Amino acid sequence: MAQIAFQNVSYRRGGKEIVKNLSAEFAPGDFVSIVGPSGSGKSTFLRLCCHLISPTGGKILFHGKDMLRENPIEIRKKIRYCFQEPVLWGNTVEDNVAFPYRIRNRKADREKIVSLLSRFHMDESCLTHDVKSLSGGEKQRIALVRTLLFEPEVLLLDEATSALDADNAELVEKEIYRLNQKGVTVLWVTHNDAQSRKYANRLLTIENGQIQSREELK
Amino acid sequence: MNGAKISDASLLLASSLVVVSLLFSYFQKLRLEKETLVSVIRAVVQLFAVGYVLQWVFGLRSPAVTTLILLLMIFNAAFNAAKRGKGVRNGILISYLSILTGTGATLSVLVLSGAIRYEANQIIPIGGMIISNAMVAIGLCYRQLAGNFKSRRTEVEIKLSLGADLLPASRDILRDSIRTGMIPTIDSTKTLGIVSLPGMMTGLILAGTSPLMAIRYQILVTFMMLSTTAISSFLACFLAYRNFFNGRKQLDDGTSG
Repeated sequence: MAQIAFQNVSYRRGGKEIVKNLSAEFAPGDFVSIVGPSGSGKSTFLRLCCHLISPTGGKILFHGKDMLRENPIEIRKKIRYCFQEPVLWGNTVEDNVAFPYRIRNRKADREKIVSLLSRFHMDESCLTHDVKSLSGGEKQRIALVRTLLFEPEVLLLDEATSALDADNAELVEKEIYRLNQKGVTVLWVTHNDAQSRKYANRLLTIENGQIQSREELK
Repeated sequence: MNGAKISDASLLLASSLVVVSLLFSYFQKLRLEKETLVSVIRAVVQLFAVGYVLQWVFGLRSPAVTTLILLLMIFNAAFNAAKRGKGVRNGILISYLSILTGTGATLSVLVLSGAIRYEANQIIPIGGMIISNAMVAIGLCYRQLAGNFKSRRTEVEIKLSLGADLLPASRDILRDSIRTGMIPTIDSTKTLGIVSLPGMMTGLILAGTSPLMAIRYQILVTFMMLSTTAISSFLACFLAYRNFFNGRKQLDDGTSG
């Protein structure tokens, strides 16, 4: 059974159909790159996947069950979306990485936070840094750490390396691939052609809210 | 009290001050003559009407009528505050409950502690001051709430996408909105007596009350305003924020990409 299945999904907003009659299936452990021009509906597709918006037509199934009938909070804990814009809040980095623990009524696991930060080439000292003083690349890596503190079943990435230099982009790619090898399904929207083919086993091209092509990569 | 008594004649003479404003507007081509005249006539008619009504209500000495008038004042304030809350469904009801609770709690403490008596001549003027203060505070809260849910949309959606429920996803916005509602009251509290002598205190002094007694009333009203504003802003924000989400715990009107 597919982990996530789109069945003739449409999404219309303000009189414009952004996703049109889209069908696709994703199996556990898939690594799918999603490409397409700006405004083609890629981000809307990811938002539909994690129930941040609901289809205006068709159905999205998660483990065979209609997503609309499921608890949206539980779905988002399993299908995690890392936004293109790495917005940080509060005053310090710690305010951000503590958030996933706070919403689960748990004490922040400092050891795990520090270990994950180190995977993205950051150390414990950055926890006290003012979020306003961080570079775009640092913000993007903190946003990733914040997303990954609790391992999801499905990880949705929207241009997750757009603000990173080549070295850090590669670091993130490897880390995401490592998660995928552990069984996490990855759906990755990217504009970078080389990146889209590096680790993915499938490549979807979305144009005008529809899947234009599907390519098996390995 | 042996304070100022204003005769009809002196009131008529004072009305010549309006002529000053009219002449100024005319010679400076401000085109405010008609508006000035209408506003002055409205003010005089409204105030005389209120004066007679209050005179009648004070004479009744009926707690039921006093309560009814308080409830009407709260409804009027809620109606006005709700106008600021575009996007807030049930704005009048939320505002009404918030102002009612804030005003009710504050007045109860003061009446039960013996600071004021539940009599029309005390409850209605004091109630009016705190109700209008709560109305302004709630209006500011709504505007800030709506503005924040628009400008900080991505932040809220990221929090939701991390698995947060509506309250943790909105808490920072709620804090910010409640602060916005309360700050004007706190600011005016800081400058009481330094920047201005508040209207009520001025009125008491003009009516012959000693300044030392007038400040006691003013301090009482200031405490009441702080408490009512805090309770009303808090309640209004906490009752209103869910309106920005739909039943699927999504921010209303999702954006596209």
